Amino acid sequence: MDGRWMICLLKNLLRVFLLLTAVSIVTFWLMKSSPVDPLQANVGQAALGSMSREQVAKLEEYWGVHTPPVEQYLSWAKDFVRGDMGISLLYRQPVTRVIGAKLANSLFLMIFAWVISGILGFALGAAAGMNQGKPVDKLVKGYCLLVSSTPAFWLALLLLMVFGVWLKWFPIGLSVPIGMEAEGVTLADRLYHAVLPALTLSITGVSNIALHTREKMIDICGSDYMLFARMRGERGWRLFKHYGFRNVLLPAITLHFASISEIFGGSVLVEQVFSYPGLGQAAVAAGLGSDLPLLMAITIVSALFVFGGNMVANILYGVVDPRIRRGGAAK
Amino acid sequence: MEQEKKTPILKIEDLKISFTQYDRGMHQTELPVIRSLDVEVCAGEMVAVVGSSGSGKSLLAHGVMGVLPYNASMEGRITYRGEALTEERLRKLRGREIVLVPQSIAYLNPLMKIGSQICKGKKDEAKKRKLRDIFTRYHLKPEVEELYPFELSGGMNRRILISTALIEEPLLVIADEPTPGLDLRMAKRAMEHFRELADLGAAVLVITHDLELALETADRVAVFYAGTTVEEARVSDFASEETLRHPYTKALWRAMPKNGFQFIRGSQPYVKDLPEGCPFAPRCDRCTEKCREGKIPFREVRGGRVRCLDAEERQGEA
Repeated sequence: MDGRWMICLLKNLLRVFLLLTAVSIVTFWLMKSSPVDPLQANVGQAALGSMSREQVAKLEEYWGVHTPPVEQYLSWAKDFVRGDMGISLLYRQPVTRVIGAKLANSLFLMIFAWVISGILGFALGAAAGMNQGKPVDKLVKGYCLLVSSTPAFWLALLLLMVFGVWLKWFPIGLSVPIGMEAEGVTLADRLYHAVLPALTLSITGVSNIALHTREKMIDICGSDYMLFARMRGERGWRLFKHYGFRNVLLPAITLHFASISEIFGGSVLVEQVFSYPGLGQAAVAAGLGSDLPLLMAITIVSALFVFGGNMVANILYGVVDPRIRRGGAAK
Repeated sequence: MEQEKKTPILKIEDLKISFTQYDRGMHQTELPVIRSLDVEVCAGEMVAVVGSSGSGKSLLAHGVMGVLPYNASMEGRITYRGEALTEERLRKLRGREIVLVPQSIAYLNPLMKIGSQICKGKKDEAKKRKLRDIFTRYHLKPEVEELYPFELSGGMNRRILISTALIEEPLLVIADEPTPGLDLRMAKRAMEHFRELADLGAAVLVITHDLELALETADRVAVFYAGTTVEEARVSDFASEETLRHPYTKALWRAMPKNGFQFIRGSQPYVKDLPEGCPFAPRCDRCTEKCREGKIPFREVRGGRVRCLDAEERQGEA
C-alpha cells in the first residue's frame, strides 16, 4: 500500500514538473514573439524621443531587449528553481510579494464564486435532470443557456451599470474605498467591494456546472438501476437521495475541481471590468507591459492551481467511489 | 382434472405496447412491439412467458410495472386481484405487493451497499431481521450486506436479486429473464428459487426464452411470438405434440433436442413488417386465406387458450 502511494506521488511530481516546464517555455516564447515593445509600452513614444542614447540603452538593458531568448529563459529558470521569482519590472517589487498581494484579493473572489457556482449549479442541475422535460427543467435549462451564451465581461458591465451606477448599492470598482488609508480598511469594506465581481463569476460559473450536472443526471435517470429503483416503488426525494445523488456526485466532483481553470480564466475579464486589483488584472498588466518575470510567475501559479484542482478531484474520486477504493485494495 | 376457477392475481388482456418513432425527418411511425398479449397468473402458480429474443418479452414486465419509456404507449386491460391496475393503484403496490426481479446486477445501484439496497435504505429492526432470515435461507453470509454490487461473485448475484423481492410481501413476482448467461445447473437453481416463491403462495410470472427450463419448473406456459401470445398451455400439454394447439408451439416442441431438433424455415418477422392477421402465417404450413385477414381471436381450446383458426378443427384428432 505504501509503495503504491509513493509511486503515485512520484508520478504526480514528474507530471507537474513536465507541465510547469512546458507552460513556462510556451509563455516565454509567446511573450518574446509578441509585438509589444517593452520600451514603447512602458516609457512611451514621446518620452523615448526626448531621451539620450545612453538612457535608451539603459532602459533596453533593464527590459532585456537584447539578451538572447534562450540565455534569458535559462537564467530565469535557474533562479526560479532556487525559489527566486525575480523582481517585477512594472511594480519594482519582488514578484512573490506582488503575487501574494494580488492572490489574496483574487482568492476571495474565486473561492466565493467557486463555492456558490458549485452548490447552486449542482442543485439546479440535479433538479433539472431528475425532472427532465418538466417546467423546472425548462426553466433551469433556459437560464443556463442564456447565461452561458452571455460573455462574462458583458454581464459584469451590466451588473456594474444596474447595481453600481443606477441603484448605487455597490461600489463601481476597486477592492477598497477610494482615498482611504490602508490601515483604515476593514474586512467589511473588502467584502463589500468584492460582491459584484464575485457575483458575476458565480452567475457564469453556475450555468456550466448546472448544464453538465443535468446531463449526467439524465444519463443516470435512464440507467437500469434507476429503472429498477422506480419499479421498487422509490420516487421523489428518496429516489434522488439514494440513487440519483450518490451517482451524480462523483462526476460532479471531478467537474467542479476541473472548473477551477474556468473560474481563473473568468476572473481575468471580470477583474478588468471592475478594476479589481487581483491576479487576473495583474496578468493583463504584465502581458501588455512586457513584465516577463511577473507574467511567468502568474502563469505558473495558475497552472499549479489548475493542476492541484484536477489532482484533488482524482484523489477524492478514489476516496468517494467504492469501486476504486475497495476495488484497488482488493487487488 | 379442470382446475377450479379462482380469480387470477394478475390478468392481462389484449395488451398492446407501441413506440412512437421518427423516421425520415418529422414523419412519425407507430411501432407496435407488443400487439396482443394475453396471460394470467393465479396465487401459488408459476407461469412462464416464453418467446425468442426480439418478441417483446421484457417490455411486458416494464409495461406491467408502469415504467415504460416516455415514447411508448400502452393499451389493453391489466387486472390485479379482480380490479383494474390503475396508475394510482400501481404506485401504491409497486415494490410492495408487486415486485420485479431484474435480469442482472446492472439493475442495482453501484454505489449502495447490498444490505441497505435490499432494504431500500430503511434501517428499522424488523427489516434487518427479515434480511438476516432471507440471507440464511439463501446461504448468504452476513458480510455480504456490507459489499457493493461490483464485489459480488457470480454465484451470489441471483440470490441477491431475488432477495430484493423477498424482503417485501409479494403477491405477484415478475421475473425478467432470470437465466441469461447462466450454465444449466445455475439456471435451474434460479428457476427453482422462483418455484419456491410460488409454493409460498405468490403468483409468479417468469419471462424467459428457455422453454425447456420453463417446462421443468412452471405450471403453465404462455408462448409469445412476434408480440403476440399464440398459446397458453399447461406444462403437461407439452408431453406430446398432439396435446399442443398452435403450429408455432408445435414447431417449438419439435425443435427441442429430445423431440428431434427439427427447425422450421424463416424467422420471426420484424415489428415493422408484421403481416396482417396471424403473425405466424408466413411460416405456417396450415395457413389459409382467412389467417391473413383481421385479428385472430384468442379462444379456449381443450383447457388452454390459443390464437389460431386451425386449432379447433384439429380438436377431434387430439
